Amino acid sequence: MPVLSAVRRQEPLGWGSCLVFLAALALAFTVSGTLLAVQGKPALQALWLLVESAFGSRYALEDCLIKAVPIFLCSLGVGLTFRLQVWNIGAEGQFALGAVGATWAALTFPGWPWYALLPFMLLCASAAGGLWGAIPAVLRLKLRANEIIVTLMLNYVGILILDFLVYGVWKDPASFGFPMTSEFVPAAVVARIGDTRLNWGLLLCLAVGMLMSVFLRSTRLGFELRACGENVRAARYARMPYSFLVVLVMVVSGALAGWAGFLEASATLGRLQPSIMSGYGYTAIVVAWLANLNPLVIAVASFLLAGVRVGMETLQLDLQVPAAFGGIMEGSILLAVLAGGFFSRYRLHLRRAA
Amino acid sequence: MSLEILLALLAATVQAGTPILYATLGEILTEKGGVLNLGVEGMMLVGALAGFLTALHTGSPALAFMAGGLAGAGMAALHGVVCIWFQGNQTVSGLALTIFGTGLAGFFGTPYVGRTAPGFDKFSLPVLGDIPLVGDIFFQQDALVYVSYLIPPLMWAFFRYTRWGLGVRAAGESPAATRAAGLNVLGFRWAALLGGGVLVGFGGSYLSLAYTHLWTNGLSSGRGWIAVALVIFAFWRPSRAMLGAYLFGGVMAFQLRLQAMGTALPSSILLMLPYVLTIAALAFSSWRSKRTEAPAALGVNVEPSE
Repeated sequence: MPVLSAVRRQEPLGWGSCLVFLAALALAFTVSGTLLAVQGKPALQALWLLVESAFGSRYALEDCLIKAVPIFLCSLGVGLTFRLQVWNIGAEGQFALGAVGATWAALTFPGWPWYALLPFMLLCASAAGGLWGAIPAVLRLKLRANEIIVTLMLNYVGILILDFLVYGVWKDPASFGFPMTSEFVPAAVVARIGDTRLNWGLLLCLAVGMLMSVFLRSTRLGFELRACGENVRAARYARMPYSFLVVLVMVVSGALAGWAGFLEASATLGRLQPSIMSGYGYTAIVVAWLANLNPLVIAVASFLLAGVRVGMETLQLDLQVPAAFGGIMEGSILLAVLAGGFFSRYRLHLRRAA
Repeated sequence: MSLEILLALLAATVQAGTPILYATLGEILTEKGGVLNLGVEGMMLVGALAGFLTALHTGSPALAFMAGGLAGAGMAALHGVVCIWFQGNQTVSGLALTIFGTGLAGFFGTPYVGRTAPGFDKFSLPVLGDIPLVGDIFFQQDALVYVSYLIPPLMWAFFRYTRWGLGVRAAGESPAATRAAGLNVLGFRWAALLGGGVLVGFGGSYLSLAYTHLWTNGLSSGRGWIAVALVIFAFWRPSRAMLGAYLFGGVMAFQLRLQAMGTALPSSILLMLPYVLTIAALAFSSWRSKRTEAPAALGVNVEPSE
């Protein structure tokens, strides 16, 4: 009887990987659709509606871009740490802290002109988010504490800090008891581009994405980062600054997530309120992995998963599909792509059993 | 009077610690076999929902508890397919499993938010329940708590005295040597992963069947992650898992009691306690242990055999 066996490929699969990726995507959609059908929803219609309402109109595409910005920034950061085999799961908390930092600046110095206030808000967001990223880095280096758990716990703590502030000292007296700060002054709001609903944060993303690409490809530190990620022991032996790199990527990652929090508070909401937390930090992990940690691919993947979120909103309204369905889609896509990676790395062949 | 309050608090500690204990023991079993499963949080949620729905539709809490375990194993099987069969990255697969499980529980659970189902009620164990102090704390609980007392010693004996236990440990410490010795490495990894999944699912269903009797979204609120941290805190030992789980149960019970009494502290500050404590416990135990106690091949996939 012939048996299947797997043999490691000598060189990685080229364009075939795309095929594997598409097959994985199809599998994830099949699983999600089946679950919809189990719940008594029209599966095909729902999935089509999801795609159409995400990418079918100019308004929807704008929505996708708006949502892609925070996902992209968070994902760029966590992708950077993943390269070093440092698992920053804490973009969600770093995002929260960034929003808190920016809000503090906006509420404390409302009299400043925009060209002073906005950069200062950005700075505060970076500092707060960066600090939230530095804590797990230091705990890992000094005490060998597992950064996955520390970053995750800091997510809960960060969100509770945000809650503490908006339910307490920062609550707007004129908000009829709703937990939200007062509206930001116009100088603290990132302006929109032309007559679109997009804001200048998009341009920030472009700049950061390109910088990151160049940094990884063409600088000495970027090279060392990639080398350390592939083999920590060898890299240490070559006297590469491993500890410094761990702190650096965690601080940068935290700061980038903090920027996302700043943009959400300033441009999207115009104030701080608990609804700012919508799981961008977790989606970012999915995006980073789908994009194979490549900054430019991360941009594309952010846009696509932002599309899933936009489509979900329509699904919620039109077909009463619970918002949690988005998690099912993200989770199943990632699981399927992870499993699919096997076919890029291994070759299956039939042979006769002895 | 103050003794009564203290005893009630300690009894509440045991109850709050029980779901964490189940989940921690499940993750210990899984990791001993060499598989790192970070999906615990999602698995607990799915287990909680499966338990709740079964109780609601059949009226049988025992059956519901089993269903919770089965759901946990089903989720673990997904992780196994991705990592053991298809060599996927275990860290990322576990995270994906948590995202997937949280979505699954929210998707199927949302229509049931706020509904109650039959569950397990407390009863005093004969003789043991009458012991002063100890009986009040440990033996006036529900059946699932009593079951949870049995698992740590059983698991300890399993690892120490049985061939299967040895096989699981070998698969986690040195898969290559295990394979060379003619043992089925992947079989042991699968068994530990699925067995661990059952325990994690039990922990989840404890939440909906005994802890609350009620369905809400996000029922586990980080307990799965606390369990993952406790595995490290416990140095992969079932007995220390008990200590850790009750430590966290204590903090949660204390925090709830404080909220109920109405302190000046805002609830968001109180709610931070378990998470901050997790970081502290993790940092402390990582710093204390001279060498890592983790199974040597934890998180490392076993290549398909030629």
